Formats: sequence, C-alpha cells, structure tokens
Amino acid sequence: MAWRSRFRIARSRGQCKDPHSAMDPILIIGAGQAGIQIAETLRQEHYSAPIVLLGAEPHGPYNRPPLSKKWLLERHDPAQLAIRGIEAIRRREIDLQLNCEVAAIDPAQHTVQLADGRSLRYAGLAITTGARVRLLPGPPLRGVFGVRTLDDAQALAAAFEECVRRAAPLVVIGGGFIGLEVAATARKRGLEVIVLEGLGRLMSRVVAPIVSEAAARVHQAHGVQLKFGVQVESLVGVDGHVTAVRTAGGLEYPAGCVVIGIGVIPDDRLAQAAGLACDRGIIVDACARTSAPSIVAAGDCTARRLADGTLLRLESVHNAIEQGKSAAMALLGRERPFTATPWFWSDQYDVKLQMVGLSHGYDQVVTRGDVDKPAFSAFYYRGGRLIAVDSLSRIGDHMVSRKLLDNGLSPLPAQASDAAFELASLLKPQATSAS
Amino acid sequence: MPQVICTDATGHTTSLEMRPGWSVMQTCVNRSIPGIDAICGGMLACATCHCYVDPAWIARLPPPSEAELQMLENVVAERRAGSRLSCQLYVDEALDGLAIQIPDRQV
Repeated sequence: MAWRSRFRIARSRGQCKDPHSAMDPILIIGAGQAGIQIAETLRQEHYSAPIVLLGAEPHGPYNRPPLSKKWLLERHDPAQLAIRGIEAIRRREIDLQLNCEVAAIDPAQHTVQLADGRSLRYAGLAITTGARVRLLPGPPLRGVFGVRTLDDAQALAAAFEECVRRAAPLVVIGGGFIGLEVAATARKRGLEVIVLEGLGRLMSRVVAPIVSEAAARVHQAHGVQLKFGVQVESLVGVDGHVTAVRTAGGLEYPAGCVVIGIGVIPDDRLAQAAGLACDRGIIVDACARTSAPSIVAAGDCTARRLADGTLLRLESVHNAIEQGKSAAMALLGRERPFTATPWFWSDQYDVKLQMVGLSHGYDQVVTRGDVDKPAFSAFYYRGGRLIAVDSLSRIGDHMVSRKLLDNGLSPLPAQASDAAFELASLLKPQATSAS
Repeated sequence: MPQVICTDATGHTTSLEMRPGWSVMQTCVNRSIPGIDAICGGMLACATCHCYVDPAWIARLPPPSEAELQMLENVVAERRAGSRLSCQLYVDEALDGLAIQIPDRQV
C-alpha cells in the first residue's frame, strides 16, 4: 500500500541518505491528552529517536475533565491534574517544550515554523491541537468564560468568588455537558444559576428525551433555573464587564458572570493552511492518518472518516487516547485501526452520567432501573440492535454495556429493561447472544 | 511525608512520597509508574487505576464506596481481596509504608 511505504519512518531511518534526517525527531504539536499519548506509545513501542512535544500552554499535559467539576470547586494543586508529571515525561526522553506556539507546517519540506522564528525539521509529524471554545460574536467582555484550559478554570473560579460576594447570578449559555457541569458546580458553591438553552431540552444533541428530562429534574431540584427555546442575541456590558445576557425575545438576564457552553471548534487551522484535507476537523482514517504523507492527527482536532464515508467528530478523553495510540503506530508504519466503542462521562451533583456508543439514529429506547430517582439506564436500539447505552448512576450497567457493545452483543429490549435479568450473563462464553 | 511502596507488574519496586491531599493514583501518574492508566483522571469513571493492596494493609484502609465497588466488579485484570482503585486511596502518616502492587493490565 502506497500509504504505508510513506509512513515507514522508523524502519527507513537507518538507510536514509541524508545524514541529518537520521536525527530528525517526531514532532507532536499539542501537549494535551492525545499528544502525550502519542509520545508515550512511541516510547512503549521502543521508538528510540528524539520526540519533541510542543505545548502552547504554560502547563504540561493535564486532565481537562475535572476543570468544570471537582477542580472548579476544590481548586486543589493544579499539579494533581497532570496526566504525567513533567519530570517523568523528560525522563522518558520526550522533549516537552511549553509556551510554544506553532506558526506553520510545511509538509513538502518536513518542517514546522514556530512563532518565535525557529524552524524544526521532522521525520514524522502528529497534530493534536484540540479544539477551541465556540464564542459569541461581539467585542470581548470580562466575566465571560469558556471552560477549556486550566487558565480558563482558574479565572472562572475567581469569578465565582466575586459572584458569591456580590450575590450576582451565573448565566450559563447552552444546556450541554460543560454548561450543566459548571451549573452544578456553581450551585454547590452557592451561586444563583440560570441556564439558557436554545433548544427544547438538555443535552439534546446526544441523549434521549427521557435522559434530558431526568437531568432537568435534578438541576431544578438543586435550584437551577432552566430556560428552554431561548435564543441569545447579545451580551450586555458596562465598562468592559458583562452585566446581562439579552435574548432575541427582548429579555435581559442579569449576570455576574457568563459561561458559554455551546460547543467547540476543532482546531484545524495549521492543518488547513498546510493544505491537509479538513472538514470542521482534520480528516483522518481509522488509523489516524491525514491526507499528507508522514502526518497523523488525533483527538478533538480530527474528523474521522468511517467505512460508510461519513465523518465522525468525537470530543472525548477516550477518543484522544485511542486515536493517539493509532497515530503513534501509524508513525511507525503499522496499522492499528481505532474500532473500540466510544464512551464518555459527565458528573452533575451526585449523578454520574456515563455513555457508551453513539445513539444517533436510534428507533427504540428502553429503560432499566428507577427513572424517577434517577438511577437508570437508557438502552438505544436501531433495527432491533443495541447501539448505545446512557447510564445515570448505574455504573454496573455502563461497564457491562461497554463489554456488550465492544463484543457486538445485543440483549433483547425485554432483557435490557428487566432489572432482574443479569446482563453480564450474555458475556459468558456458554451464553448465546440474544441477537 | 508518608511513603507508599509500589511494585509494578515486572516486579520493580518504587518508594513513592505522598504529598498531602494527593491520591495514590495522582502520585503514580506524576511519577509515571507503568501500569496505572487512570484514563478518567480520578473521576471514578474508568476503573483503569486498579491496584492490589497488600493483604496486611487491607483492613487498615477506609472501605471502598458503593461506586468504587461497582467499578471494581469490572476491572480487566484479576480481582482480588485487595483490589482497590488507586484514585480513591489517600495516605496519611498512619498509613506510612502502605504496600501496593500494580496489575499487568488495565484495559
């Protein structure tokens, strides 16, 4: 396969005619979850040439999920968020460079230009630039936050304290995961919270109405005001600080601070400028290879081409890790398609929402457990086959469902909805699949 | 600072200094102890920071929560009496010298 021969970086290094290229490193642009995964997998696979990991932020690789949840409330030592400690990374001879902005990629020359003027050659390149928070149009105002980076969360935590002091409300724009996690955290901190959602229910892009409704009940029980079908027109500011959110209906919601949770934009700017195929994300195959030779991409910045030709964009830790492993193997000239069932999680108050599979296109939903509590799972079917499961405080259901879906097993809807039926029994070798 | 004695799947033993407020998992990933994946970063969502607490220490630790027990039912490596999720383990002076073993796989 032509593609494979173009990716035999490790194997061809020894025979390379250019004496300098033997020393050219694998460059990784972006020191987040996917970037550190690629570096670690390369070392695990005994890749011994230099690896350079370029991070735009001042921090080493850290876990982002706690930023809207536990960390935002407790604000413990940021070093505890580390995916790997910086010293441990450097001990593995991964050259981690922080505060490092990349200006351009030149695929023809195998070079990357940095904003500080340096030019770095590479033998192989990985792009793991993540995603940017989608913001509202208009001039920037203080007191308006996205939650993406540690610095975002630090600033938001300080704004929470200011809101508590002034008894000023938090307005969250967008009733998706990030917005609802921040809303839950703010309520725990004692803020008044209003969530403005453009559509008719919460998390509508990913979960069934019965899950949206359960989440809405939990938030309302904790004192969050939920407003549905609200189109935000603009943010109102005084002296450069936000004071209210104005809706298309002419209402104004006073705000001490505002969190914008209306999704993210895959950061494919460098790849686009370098001529790589992009479509709201860097297009990659199942092995994380881009349209350019010797360049892979992984994580939130990608749009993965599926077997049926459609593009899948997943923003999740699991996706970053799995694509990262595939990307590292691709750089070594090996194919490791990412086929695992995607999974996600969210924590809101004491409700643990865990999701596995993609429910898009479902034609039947059955529930298992206590919907009112809520402690239940929603099992999504398409054409009689299980495609996804959302669990609210049903950890066991989630863990078993991951195994069921990874193994292509599908309990009958009547089995899934019968809490007395042992789903794990379908996983035992002697059991025959219900499908 | 209290120490945790950590033996990985290859038999290599490391002594870890436990900073106040840091979980055993956070300390392990900070030091890049092989075999602790900790995919979810300590949110009790993945069961990939599984460890075996030395039998002599099991009863001296606070027992696992209901959520941790449910996650432990689904660890990939063999589950033993001392199976715990290291993201839920915090060590103070009273637990100085806690011995743990890392299983051979997490996923």
